Amino acid sequence: MMQAKRAGHILSLENIRKVFGGVVAVDGLTVSVEKGSVTSVIGPNGAGKTTVFNLITGFLPPSAGRITYSGRVLNRLKPHHIASLGIARTFQGVRLFPQMSVLENVMVGRHLRSKTGIFSSSCLPPVLRQEENRIRQEAIDWLDFVGLKEYAEAVAGNLPFGNQRMLEIARALAIEPHLILLDEPAAGLNSRETIVMGELIEKIRQEQITVILVEHDMELVMDISDRVLVINFGRLIGDGTPETVQDDPDVIAAYLGE
Amino acid sequence: MQGRDTAGLIALILAVVAIPLVIRNDYYLGVLIFTAFNCLTCIGLCLLMGYAGQISLGHGAFVAIGAYASGILTTTLGWSPWAAMGAGIIIVSVVAAIVGVPTLRLKGHYLAMATLGFASIIHILAVATVDLTGGPSGLLNIPRISIFGHQLNSDMQYFYFSWAVVAIGLYVAFNLINSRVGRGLRALHGSEEAAASLGVNITAHKIQVFILSAVYAAISGSMYAYYVNYIDPGPFGVMHSVLLVTMVAVGGMHNIWGAFTGAVLLSLLPEFLSSATDYLQLMGIAYQPDYDILVYGAILLLIMLFLPEGVFDGLGKAVRAGRRMIRR
Ligand SMILES: Nc1ncnc2c1ncn2[C@@H]1O[C@H](COP(=O)(O)OP(=O)(O)OP(=O)(O)O)[C@@H](O)[C@H]1O
Ligand SMILES: [Mg+2]
Repeated sequence: MMQAKRAGHILSLENIRKVFGGVVAVDGLTVSVEKGSVTSVIGPNGAGKTTVFNLITGFLPPSAGRITYSGRVLNRLKPHHIASLGIARTFQGVRLFPQMSVLENVMVGRHLRSKTGIFSSSCLPPVLRQEENRIRQEAIDWLDFVGLKEYAEAVAGNLPFGNQRMLEIARALAIEPHLILLDEPAAGLNSRETIVMGELIEKIRQEQITVILVEHDMELVMDISDRVLVINFGRLIGDGTPETVQDDPDVIAAYLGE
Repeated sequence: MQGRDTAGLIALILAVVAIPLVIRNDYYLGVLIFTAFNCLTCIGLCLLMGYAGQISLGHGAFVAIGAYASGILTTTLGWSPWAAMGAGIIIVSVVAAIVGVPTLRLKGHYLAMATLGFASIIHILAVATVDLTGGPSGLLNIPRISIFGHQLNSDMQYFYFSWAVVAIGLYVAFNLINSRVGRGLRALHGSEEAAASLGVNITAHKIQVFILSAVYAAISGSMYAYYVNYIDPGPFGVMHSVLLVTMVAVGGMHNIWGAFTGAVLLSLLPEFLSSATDYLQLMGIAYQPDYDILVYGAILLLIMLFLPEGVFDGLGKAVRAGRRMIRR
């Protein structure tokens, strides 16, 4: 923990609020995340976890508060701009490009790391091919990283669900992020697949990528997290190591429905 | 480009080379030249509809601007046809940006509405600005285009020229689809959120494709003007834009070959209908050209109901099913 603190914060939320009509989804959340750590966000259904991810990645504008990432304020930036700063994410329930091949899905992840424009894309194929080959090779490497290399040519939408999850993560990693947000990566996975997912998250951390994880599988959370944040009704009600959070009476109350 | 598309393109080029050897009749060559113009516009429109997921009801107006830019600049200012075509491309790009930038920022089908309004405005302008466009009576004496100083005077020469441009248009489209930008487009069609989360600038991609598709239409309009040597507002009504969208939808908008097939089929359809008229008359039915629109509507409806992915995809499925039956 001490070590992580010295590394500094990569992301800070200050008094973040998000209101949908009458519903307060996030209610004055203040929290900072340490570089290189694995932080889990847990809480009952509707607690506001996904909304926090949507606020960080620019899919929703905060109603109030400030989001800072590596010294930059993210409020009001567009999602593609935030991605270009090095924040990747996956979606609750998986969002692939189902008609494209597995490899092409990951190649889209290399979009920011390549630059051929519309004119050269359509008119100058030989110049293009060099970059195309590079993009292809790098995408294959990321598929290998998650163990999907052999499925490269398959149509993404035809993969078994567990592999779709892995593919979505490979695609997010392909942007070479400093921070990755995973929204319930183990939901719908069987116990064997969940173990593989835990190993993958560990591997991601070893790449010096900071991980924030929303997850309902408590075994996975307690296993891999440096820190666990508990939110309920958009408010932080618990914060600490897996052990301390597990024994926190407020947290237990929230999960048992008070 | 992928192997199958390359093979398709080569087959098309061979067919184009062979057709004038078989069809010597200028009337039929003319029909095929008009077909080429529609194919070109529909390839561009397919990039927009099938790959960026947006509908334009104003592509007929971009064809018109391309045609009128060529007509006006060559006849009143004496520009060379190529320079006028280039100017038409630039004008259309600017106009497409003006229409596309504000509407494509918004979620939903605002582009369809904006382009529909735009198409009517362009048609009204073509009729009303008599000094510029010649109004309802049109512009006469538009020159023929030359290649390396050789003027394309015969229909056969113009046939080769227009289909060569279609082949180039296909080549460019396939290149685009299998490139970084094309992947970005297909990605945002699959999931805009996921594409944005990977850094794809959705708005910029849509605007670029819209402009590119308008340029296809401008070139098509320009080639039309140099072929018929006379333009008036008649062919450029809103119905033409709707017909172009119908061609793409009937053929299949998720595949360039689909849009191509739709353009060919619906461009040739009036010829079949007019020859069918004679038979229908024998049967005591007085078919009028006015009914064409009903036939188009019925075709679109049937395709949407039974072949939602279009005729091209339907044919592919039929061929595969046939093969399976033979193997058994
Ligand atoms: N786009 C939206 N528009 C309106 N209300 C929303 C929107 N997104 C979330 N909400 C509401 O905000 C609250 C928090 O939802 P959120 O999806 O963030 O919860 P969650 O913690 O991710 O839950 P789960 O564990 O079920 O995924 C809920 O009441 C939800 O209905
Ligand atoms: Mg959620």
